[in-house]
Formats: sequence, C-alpha cells, structure tokens
Amino acid sequence: MIAEIGHFALILALCVAMVQAVVPLMGARRGQASWMAVAEPASALQFLFIAVAFAALTNAYVTSDFSVMNVAQNSHTEKPMLYKVAGVWGNHEGSLLLWITILALFGFAVTLFGRNLPIGLKCRALAVQAMIAVGFLLFILLTSNPFARLEPPPLDGSGLNPMLQDPGLAFHPPFLYLGYVGFSMAFSFAIAALLEGRVDAAWARWVRPWTLAAWVFLTGGIILGSWWAYYTLGWGGWWFWDPVENASFMPWLAGTALLHSAIVVEKRDALKSWTILLAIVAFGFSLLGTFLVRSGVLTSVHAFATDPARGVFILLLLVLAVGGSFMLYAMRAPAMKMGGLFAPLSREGSLLLNNVLLSTGAATVLLGTLYPLIADALNLGKVTVGPPFFNSVFLPLMAPMAAMMAVGPMMAWKRGDLAGVLGRLKFVAAIALGAGLLVWFLQGGSAGPWWTGAGFALAVWLGLGTLVDLAERIGLIDAPAEALGRAARLPRSTWGMVLAHFGVAVFIIGLTASAAWTEERIQTQKIGETVMVGGYGVTLKAVNDVPGPNYMAHRATFEISRNGKVIDVMEPEKRVYRQPPRPITTAAIRSGIIGDLYVVIGDPDPAKDGHVTRLYFNPCIPWLWAGAGLLILGGTISLLDRRHRVGAPTRAHARGRRARA
Amino acid sequence: MTRKQRRLYFVLLGLATLGVAVALVLTAISDSLVYFYSPTDIVTQRLPEGRRMRVGGLVEAESLKKDGKTVTFKVTDVTNAIPVSYTGMLPDLFREGQGVVVEGRMEKDGVFQASEVLAKHDENYMPKEVADALKKSGQWNDGKQTHPSQPQ
Repeated sequence: MIAEIGHFALILALCVAMVQAVVPLMGARRGQASWMAVAEPASALQFLFIAVAFAALTNAYVTSDFSVMNVAQNSHTEKPMLYKVAGVWGNHEGSLLLWITILALFGFAVTLFGRNLPIGLKCRALAVQAMIAVGFLLFILLTSNPFARLEPPPLDGSGLNPMLQDPGLAFHPPFLYLGYVGFSMAFSFAIAALLEGRVDAAWARWVRPWTLAAWVFLTGGIILGSWWAYYTLGWGGWWFWDPVENASFMPWLAGTALLHSAIVVEKRDALKSWTILLAIVAFGFSLLGTFLVRSGVLTSVHAFATDPARGVFILLLLVLAVGGSFMLYAMRAPAMKMGGLFAPLSREGSLLLNNVLLSTGAATVLLGTLYPLIADALNLGKVTVGPPFFNSVFLPLMAPMAAMMAVGPMMAWKRGDLAGVLGRLKFVAAIALGAGLLVWFLQGGSAGPWWTGAGFALAVWLGLGTLVDLAERIGLIDAPAEALGRAARLPRSTWGMVLAHFGVAVFIIGLTASAAWTEERIQTQKIGETVMVGGYGVTLKAVNDVPGPNYMAHRATFEISRNGKVIDVMEPEKRVYRQPPRPITTAAIRSGIIGDLYVVIGDPDPAKDGHVTRLYFNPCIPWLWAGAGLLILGGTISLLDRRHRVGAPTRAHARGRRARA
Repeated sequence: MTRKQRRLYFVLLGLATLGVAVALVLTAISDSLVYFYSPTDIVTQRLPEGRRMRVGGLVEAESLKKDGKTVTFKVTDVTNAIPVSYTGMLPDLFREGQGVVVEGRMEKDGVFQASEVLAKHDENYMPKEVADALKKSGQWNDGKQTHPSQPQ
C-alpha cells in the first residue's frame, strides 16, 4: 500500500510540475501576477509529493518489503541498517528518485529563500526547474519505476553489491547528486535571465552561493568516490580516468570556471554572456554525466543498466535541454551588453584566462571520454582512450593555470601591474625553484621522472604565493601589530579563496609524489616471511577465517617493522558475502604524512605454501585528501560570507529597483 | 582599450589556447588509443606486434594455471583462443567461463602479456565489447546472457 502511495505521489508531482513549467512562464510574459503566483506554491507542493515518494521507497527498504521488486533485487534482511537506507540510492531507479528529490528540494529552496528576488526572474527560474523535473519524472515513471511490485514476493532479497556496502560509498551518490543537481540552479537562472534579457550584479549575487554550494558538494562527492576506489578496489590507485570519473569531473571543471566568472559579473559587470554560457554548460555536463552513468554506453565500473530505452530517453532529455538552451542563448546573448572594460593584464583578465584554460581542459576530457563512442559510430574500430592521453593533454593545460593562481589574486581590478606582482613574488619564485631542485636531487636526478621537480616547484610557488597574498592583505609586514585585527575583518570569501588555493597546492604535492614514487611488491609470502617496501618490513604472521555480520573474511595479520622494531599490526581482509555470494578485497592502510603503507591479501598459493600478497608504499596520498579537504573548507567558509547569504543582497537590489521605479 | 580591441583579445586568447590543446591532443591520441580485438581478430589478422591493445572474451574453462604471482589462462571467443600471461593479483570477480578484458601486448612467442585484467564488479556483467565479439563469432546466446536490469 505504501509503495502505491509513493507511485501515486510521483504521478501527482508530475502533474504539479507540468503546471509549474507552463503557467508562471506565460504569466511572466503577459505580466499577470495571479499566473505568476502559481510558481511558489507549486514548487512547495511538488517537493512535498516527491518527498512522500522518497519516504515511501525508504520505508520499503527499511522494513525489507520484498514485494517491491527494487527492494527484492537490491536489499537483504541481514544487511546493516546504514546500508538498507543507502540501498535506496544504490541502484538505478532509486538513484534517479534521489536525483529528482534533490532537484525538487532546490526548487523549493528558491521559494523559501528567494522572497526578495525580482518576481519575473523567480517565476521563470522556477518554471525552468519544473521543466527539468517533468523530464526526469517522465523518465522514472515510464522506464524506471522504483515501486514496481513482484508477485509472488521472494522470502529474502538478493542483496546489495558488497562493493557498495561501505560508508564512503553510502554517501558518495547523495553528495555527487547535490553537486550535479545544484548546478541546475545556475542553469535555471541563466535561462530565466536569457528569457528576461538582462543579467546584472544581483543575478550573479544570487547565482554565486548556489553554484558554490553545488561545487562544494560535487568536490566532496568526487573525493569520496576517489577515496573509496583507493581503499576498496585494492589497486592502490585513486584516479583512473574512467569514463564515469570523467563524467563527474567535467561538471566540476565547468562549475569551477563558473564560480570564477560569476565573480567578474558581480564585481565588474563584465563577462556576462560567457557566464550564462558556462551555467548552461555546467548543467549540460551534469546531464551528460547522468546519461553516461545511467545508459551504460561506455564500458566502466558503473556502466550497468544497458537498457536501450533508458539510454535513448536520457539522450533525448540531454539533447532537448542542452540544444534548446544553446538555441535560446544564440538568439538572446548577442543583445546582452558588455559591461565594465578591463585591460588584459588585470584581475578580470586573469580570471578570464583561468576560465579559458578550465574550459579547454573540460573540452579535452570530453573528447577523450566520448572518443570511443565516436570511433564506434564511425566504424573506426573499438578503442579505449587510456590515462596516458589525459595525462599528456590535460595536465599541461592545468599546470600554467596553477602557476597563474598565485599571480591572479594579487592583480588589481581593471588594470593590473604584472611586473610589480612578479617583483613581490620574487622570493617565492626563488624558494620554489630551490624546492624543485632539492626534490630532483633527492630522487637521484634522472633516476625518477623529469616532472617531479616541476610539480613540487609549482606546488611551493602556489602555496607560498597564496600565503604572501594573505600576508599583504592583512599587512603582516607593514603593520604587524594590527595584522590580527585585519585578519579577523577580512571577508570570509577571501579566507575561502586563500584556503582553496592553498588546498590546490597541497593537492599538487600528493598528485606528483603518488604518481612518481609509488612502490609496488607482488609476491607469494609464506607465514613468517618478511618483505621490505618503502622502508618498512612487512611480515605475514597468520591468515584466519573471521565471520562478519553478513560475510566471512579471510583475515591476514601482518606485522610492520621499521629499523628492526615492530611498530604496528595490519589486518587486510578478503571477504565473501553471503548474499550476493561475492568476494571483495579490503585493503589495510597505515597513513602517514610521508605516505601510506597499503597491504592487500590475495588467494592462497598451495604450490609454494603461502599467500599471494600485494604491498604498496604510496607516497603523500594523505596530501590529496588534505588538499581536497581544504578546497571543501574554503568553499564552505566562502559560503558563510555575509555577501553570499542567500536573499540578503537581493533585498538591497529590490529596494533599489523600487526606488528607480 | 576599446570594446573591439577587447573582443579581439578574447578571441585571440581563446584561439591560442585551443591551438595548444589541439596540438596536445594530436600528439597524444595516436599513442594512447588502445584498440580492442577479439581472439579471432588476433589469429586471423596480422596485427602490429608490440602495440598496446585490449582483447576480450571468455576465460576458457580449465585453462587457468597459477604459478605464484604469475597466472596464465586462455581468452576465447569459442572459435579461437589465445594464451595470456599476467603477473599480479587477479580481480575478485575473475572466474573461468566469465567475460574478461585484458590489456597488454602480444609477444613474439604468441603469448599475450597482460598488464591489466579487467573483470567487472558485477558477475552477471558482460563487457559490451566482449558481447559484440561473441555475437560476431556466433556464440552469443541471448536467453542465457541476461543483463542485470539493476545496477550494482
């Protein structure tokens, strides 16, 4: 019964969304207040119905109602409660329901927080949000109904893929979707602005916090997925340029560009049509990501549901949404006036260069990701584009951007003094160069790859450059007595920028070191045998069978020693789950600032009376997580800036409009 | 700086970056494309030796031999099979009779030296390339190879 209520609520939500997509738009066009007034209650009602549907499916999972096909296929009574709840979005139908729930939540948030938005802009944006909702609700109801019943219901479910029974992955999809769908806000407001024919600072002030919030969630979602891949797949890697990883990375790149160009719109009233285009592209990438993951057109770890009907449906949605927006953009954008003028060497100029590099980077990732599809369609053979392509194309584009990130924030608006800025950074340049040479020397010159020194020099340049910028802003050198007070008064968005840019520097160190100096040892190890890796002695002590809540584990006990002294015990496992009966490798990791010791136990090797073991020393991996953490922290602090508080700035804007009228 | 000059600057900046990107793509793509072949393709066509490629099919039953960390097995599309050697740990879902994709190089002795073995995270999952290769060799049974309707 409750499942049917959920299904019915989805149908009602579709009806409401259809009304919300049409009536306010016509009202805004004709200037009829009563028609425009439909938008707000409709968005609330739509959210209510979708929330009911989501609650109904969650209820089916929590109570293990196996008469619902989706639950029977993906859950099991033995599963811990966390994974029963996470199981709701651990499958195709449920994850789409989560997608649409988040979309409706964002739409409702416009109503909730947007009381001071110009009514025309708000109505149009809500109508666009509803159009997206209609598309996805139709998709769920027509091809992927999560509430379909199973007759007769099985005694128990077939269980959730053990790979997904993991805290990292339980929260990876919601975060990713909050990011993906969060860009729908920027998109809806971009389309609304195109329909209205005007973009101003107030528009940017409204769009920025939402884009920033989406970006923070997307960063978190991507890094959670990466962290999960690192510790569960047992490969010791954290990024594989897999099509689905790329699918989440492209919206991130476009979103990062959007974040920066929106600053220029807000502060300088320039780059308006470019920002609108980026808003469309960022959400377009989000839709493309959903399509790539949900259609299974590309071979990947996530590509599962190879139901052609679903793929075609999302492709259709993608073409309609992106094609329609681009057409509207082509018609309306040329009429948009360019605002404040600026010299190429200026804050605006460097933000623009950042945008150009990020977009070009996103385009090359797009090309590499879709090339196998294009080649297949043109009968050029079946190909995969491997990591070497992305490494040799994407990284050379990002390196100059990272170098520029130290310079850009120190340039003045309108007309910057590049020579002056570089002069202020000359000590930083010297230290960076020294650090690069030192790293090069320590790795034994050409014994390691040539780019390690460059990577470290870049990281030091960016990290110290960012700190110098901060020190200048708070007058640490000129008036150290007042520096603390100035630091406290510095806008939170500035602190956010400093933290995020510093985070990128930390990330570059992790990236460079882990790519260059990973040590890998694969061997058959007998009980009592010691293998050296990364300066640690790793001794296999025992292998035992240990039962878990819903699996049986072969647990190996390794003793870790350094310089002859035992310092730790590590216990990697190979688990076989009861339902579904599937093996999974769980690595044991010992993290430190220098790097991770990463230990995996494999199958027994009867011929040599031992076990196959795989031992890694992965240098500086924690720096990656720390760098990503700083990005998220920076974004969050920036979000707390008074000027970014949703609604607050628009009040002043509304008053201004009234005064003018 | 007038509007016109600024627009010119935008366009030049964009074109320059695009030019660099195109140059990078062109130099990288020919080296990093990895083509996919079926065992039959490898037996019947003379493929360039030493080039990185992917081969997909089923792991032939009773062909798996483990010698410590090195394993050998055969990848078959039922018509033809090629021997594969791999050093390292096999993925959890690697089984005889299951679909597999291996990436590596064909050696002069006719053994495929794999540097990567991909068995996907779902045991019912058949890589698309493998399914196509099996269809091509007429060994595809639609009734038996059910794709999972639910994702992992």
